[in-house]
Amino acid sequence: MRHTISVLVENEFGVLARVAGLFSGRGFNIESLCVAETLEPEVSAMTIVTTGSDAILEQILKQLNKLVNVIKVTDFQGAEYVSREMVLVKVSATEKTREEVLRMVEIFRGRIVDVSPRSYVVEITGNEEKVKAFLALVRPLGVKELVRTGTVAILRGEKVMSAKVKESKGGKDGNDVL
Amino acid sequence: MKRTGAQILVEALKLEGVETLFCYPGGAVLNLADALYGSEINQILVRHEQAAVHAADGYARSTGRVGVCLVTSGPGATNTVTGIATACMDSIPLVIFSGQVNTALIGNDAFQEADIVGITRPCTKHSYLVRDVKDMPRIIKEAFFIAKTGRPGPVLVDIPKDVSAASCDFKYPEKVFVRGYQPNYHGHPGQIKRAMKLIASSKKPVLYTGGGIISSNAAKDLLGLAERLSIPVVSTLMGLGGFPGNHELFLGMLGMHGTYAANMAISTCDLIIAVGARFDDRATGKVDEFAPHAKVIHIDIDPTSISKNIKVDIPIVGDARNVLKGMVQIADDEKAAFDSYLREVREWIEQVETWKRDYPVGYIPDGTLKPQYVIERIYALTKGKAIIATEVGQNQMWTAQFYKFLQPRQILTSGGLGTMGYGFPAGLGAQAAYRDSLVVDIAGDGSIQMNIQELATAVQYNLPVKVVILNNGCLGMVRQWQELFYDKRYAISKLECMPNFVKLAEAYGAVGFEVEHESEVDRVLKKAFTNGRPTLIDVHVNPEEMVYPMVPAGASLRDMMLV
Repeated sequence: MRHTISVLVENEFGVLARVAGLFSGRGFNIESLCVAETLEPEVSAMTIVTTGSDAILEQILKQLNKLVNVIKVTDFQGAEYVSREMVLVKVSATEKTREEVLRMVEIFRGRIVDVSPRSYVVEITGNEEKVKAFLALVRPLGVKELVRTGTVAILRGEKVMSAKVKESKGGKDGNDVL
Repeated sequence: MKRTGAQILVEALKLEGVETLFCYPGGAVLNLADALYGSEINQILVRHEQAAVHAADGYARSTGRVGVCLVTSGPGATNTVTGIATACMDSIPLVIFSGQVNTALIGNDAFQEADIVGITRPCTKHSYLVRDVKDMPRIIKEAFFIAKTGRPGPVLVDIPKDVSAASCDFKYPEKVFVRGYQPNYHGHPGQIKRAMKLIASSKKPVLYTGGGIISSNAAKDLLGLAERLSIPVVSTLMGLGGFPGNHELFLGMLGMHGTYAANMAISTCDLIIAVGARFDDRATGKVDEFAPHAKVIHIDIDPTSISKNIKVDIPIVGDARNVLKGMVQIADDEKAAFDSYLREVREWIEQVETWKRDYPVGYIPDGTLKPQYVIERIYALTKGKAIIATEVGQNQMWTAQFYKFLQPRQILTSGGLGTMGYGFPAGLGAQAAYRDSLVVDIAGDGSIQMNIQELATAVQYNLPVKVVILNNGCLGMVRQWQELFYDKRYAISKLECMPNFVKLAEAYGAVGFEVEHESEVDRVLKKAFTNGRPTLIDVHVNPEEMVYPMVPAGASLRDMMLV
């Protein structure tokens, strides 16, 4: 099953290597990974999309928690959350396809960010399904290149993923991590 | 008052109570070496950096304190990797200080530069590169704290040469707070209660104990629980000494070379209470057929160990000693709840006692010199009180089977990583901590040659470790597998050129003995154990001898080859 995980880490050199090494060293899979500073400059948020059985996911979450530089791990599975990814797509724009591409971009509320005689660069932002649907529609029109940011995610409502955790990472009594 | 980075390190080590430092210097740590000159910290110069780490590890295992070593950059640092990985697998608290090239040169492929933080990332608990001398006090404080708390492990601190030369005001922090590191020591009371209920309703319980008993100093509480509720105990290799090896409830080591009683008890029990053990493949055999009838209570301070290999019914994240104390308390407070349990468990105790009586570990005396006999004699002559280091392979398994460990911290052995060459330097580390104790390294002729250069260290500092080489002229465990599973094709496992160990010992200034017959064993061992000097004893054992019982790799624990 696919999971989106948010990991708050100390914004220090070498932390990304620790997280990435944890995945590669244990044969876990990273589908996408997105890292940047948060409200607090000393804290970075990583959003990791990964797949695996329940047992593997449990190990991933616990192993992440075990890293000294990891402050908080949140698995969005089962939570109310919003996720977005941005994609830049270079689509061929011939006389025949120009209009069709523009229509698609409009329907998907994307933007054309670069135009050349034979191509458009389209910016699309959305959740996984939206991006997938857009790509499926423009692919037959000729996609030359594609870059994606990977997913970022945030909880809905007032609840925040705070780095200000003073209690034990295993929960106060150490059982709720399981 | 301003101090240099090097002086800060020495001051901090003193404040951490470090008495002994295992070192090998080089260009990048000259500032550090200089600051150590004349300090009251004992400095032991080993002959290879790997041995520095193993020695610090042996020091840590035998004392329960943090083992510390200091090496230079580049090759000095890369030579520590095996030692660090060994300690990491066995959860041993170490702090390794490595020198690094000047910060301006990092990443430049400078002379003796290696990215040691990167290289050791997967085999340390945590690591630091000190980039500013002002961070030194905090980092050293954190390094010791992280190494010895939670599930212990090795922490590496990499110090560039310009940082050890730079100076700043020195104030050692009194407290540590690492927000991402808050190990949980207290088991959930509700979970502990549930666990005790499950024990009360069981008929065939087994305590399965590992290295966590040793690292959390929980031996007394384990004994308390086992005795109050008459629960038989099986141990992993790492757990040996955590429960008295001569106790009637002790069934011995489980797993690949475990005892018949231990493996049968695990295979037929209805409840496993795992404490500080991690269900390693050498202990479980075929996982699908491991303890098929048992519910599992798992107590461990490291949540990642729980439900990793085996499905757990009642997980308890916490320090083994605290949790066991809580369990003993309930057993005492609610005695009535265990009345019917205590009546019914008698039948089970009789069953395990029968297994223990009918299938003890043994060997067939046939007039040749058997390695097991040598270990039995070491046990008898030391009255079970020596600190025993082992190398890896047959010597290690026979030691686990035939030396009854009575106390925690008495065995020094590379359990998880299985590092040949570990035992001798680890023994030196223990001897450095306990000058008056008898330390014996039970070795093979293969393993001992992996760190034999440490004879020089032993002689220089008069660390009178006794190395007993069970010499069979080959890599015994490899040979055993080749005999059993590879049609006796002994590929690359014969050590056809063997040094004259007696002369070798003498060349280093140590004492050497040779033993060829059973009748000489006692006499030579007695001489060696009382001579007060580093001693190597070359015992020519029967090369055909194999370690039994044996559960072939991937088989169920019930499928034991007994002889």
